[in-house]
Amino acid sequence: MAGHQTYEEQKALVFRGLLLLGAITIVEVLVALLAKGHLIHSVKFTEGFGHYLYMLLMIGFSLYKAYFIIFFFMHMAYEVRGLAISVLLPTALLVWAIIAFFQEGSSWGARRELIKEKNEELVKTPAKQPQGFLLPGIFKRDRG
Amino acid sequence: MAETSVAHAHEMHEHGHADEAQLWEGGKEPFKASYGKLMMWYFLLSDAFTFAGFLIAYGALRFSMPTWPEPDFVFASFPFVKAHWPLIFVTFMTFVLIFSSVTMVRAVQEGHRENQRGVVFWMLMTILGGATFLGSQAYEWTTLIVKENMTVSQNPFGRHIADGVYLNNDGTEAKRPDGAPLEFHKGESYLLHIHDGRVEGLAFHDLSQPGEKMIQHEGSKIKYTTGPYAGQIREAEMGPKAFGALFFFITGFHGFHVFSGVLFLTIIMINAASGLYAARRNGYEMVEKMGLYWHFVDLVWVFVFLVFYLL
Repeated sequence: MAGHQTYEEQKALVFRGLLLLGAITIVEVLVALLAKGHLIHSVKFTEGFGHYLYMLLMIGFSLYKAYFIIFFFMHMAYEVRGLAISVLLPTALLVWAIIAFFQEGSSWGARRELIKEKNEELVKTPAKQPQGFLLPGIFKRDRG
Repeated sequence: MAETSVAHAHEMHEHGHADEAQLWEGGKEPFKASYGKLMMWYFLLSDAFTFAGFLIAYGALRFSMPTWPEPDFVFASFPFVKAHWPLIFVTFMTFVLIFSSVTMVRAVQEGHRENQRGVVFWMLMTILGGATFLGSQAYEWTTLIVKENMTVSQNPFGRHIADGVYLNNDGTEAKRPDGAPLEFHKGESYLLHIHDGRVEGLAFHDLSQPGEKMIQHEGSKIKYTTGPYAGQIREAEMGPKAFGALFFFITGFHGFHVFSGVLFLTIIMINAASGLYAARRNGYEMVEKMGLYWHFVDLVWVFVFLVFYLL
């Protein structure tokens, strides 16, 4: 392993990695402070298109940091292709998970009032007989 | 049954030269990585799914709530500094982890050169970085729990759902020193002051003029002027409970990874110092496997930082 680089090249890579990750982090925080109105009083990107752009930028920076850590600090770039694919490809499932669960969350949020209403309805008119039980007699006795 | 199949396989091995090209007989590693390293990668993959599950749960719950605390308002304390410094302390924590990741890369590189002193030195630096991160996290948690009363089941960080004005305890509208009403706007954050389980007042950021100031206000009653509760006098509400639970659970789970990482780094550093890995003559592979784990902890932090502090 790692026979692909000289010792000096390896040390240079480490230094470059430190600079790169540090610089991205500083830019991320500066952009976050700017977008939330902490740097320039009149400038703010907390709503609408500016906010979407801000979020996309932050996600992009983070994904790039993740790529750099995996491929160069964890040496995935120098592993056999099959190993890289078998580790990285399954994470594509997360795309589905993110879409499905965020959709679920926002739908829950949008119908919060309706869900509350329905929950209260159930309490007002309880079912007379438990449904779907084979031995309903047991429940009759319990009620006295 | 088993015996016959073994015998059969043996026979195939002896005579079936044509099959040799297709069948893997062990020994040669198809991924050119040792068993331990490969399994470390797969463990990290499964761990990535665990963390992704937690962070996606955070996102789903956040989308389901009408309001959510603003990170730059919640995470704004810094040791020995009284002022409001949004996100600066977590940036420091991020840098600590980046540095410890870099020192870990150096330890792995020295391992490949079979340089025992180098491995031990850089691993020690990594351990110090990990310990600094844990100490910083302890500070962050202590501030949130002891000073700001946030727990897994209580979140005093709220956000206004509409415009309105703060009221004094006697029900009159609160005024600024210059006589203007103390107003708030939709989306602005506040922190409820809780004392002995009772809300006694709140703090908020004055965003009306440059050079933001933290304003401490007695009483927690507010009057909305817009939105569904326009004209009503209400108690300023606690923020969504889920925020506290998710914060302590997810950063706690990450911190637990850092903690166990520091323990394993220490064990492996002692082993390296004792000459155990030098005797194995495999380029300090154990240090390399530990390096994978440690970089993963840094990798997870990239996303915890994104989800909790930046978005």
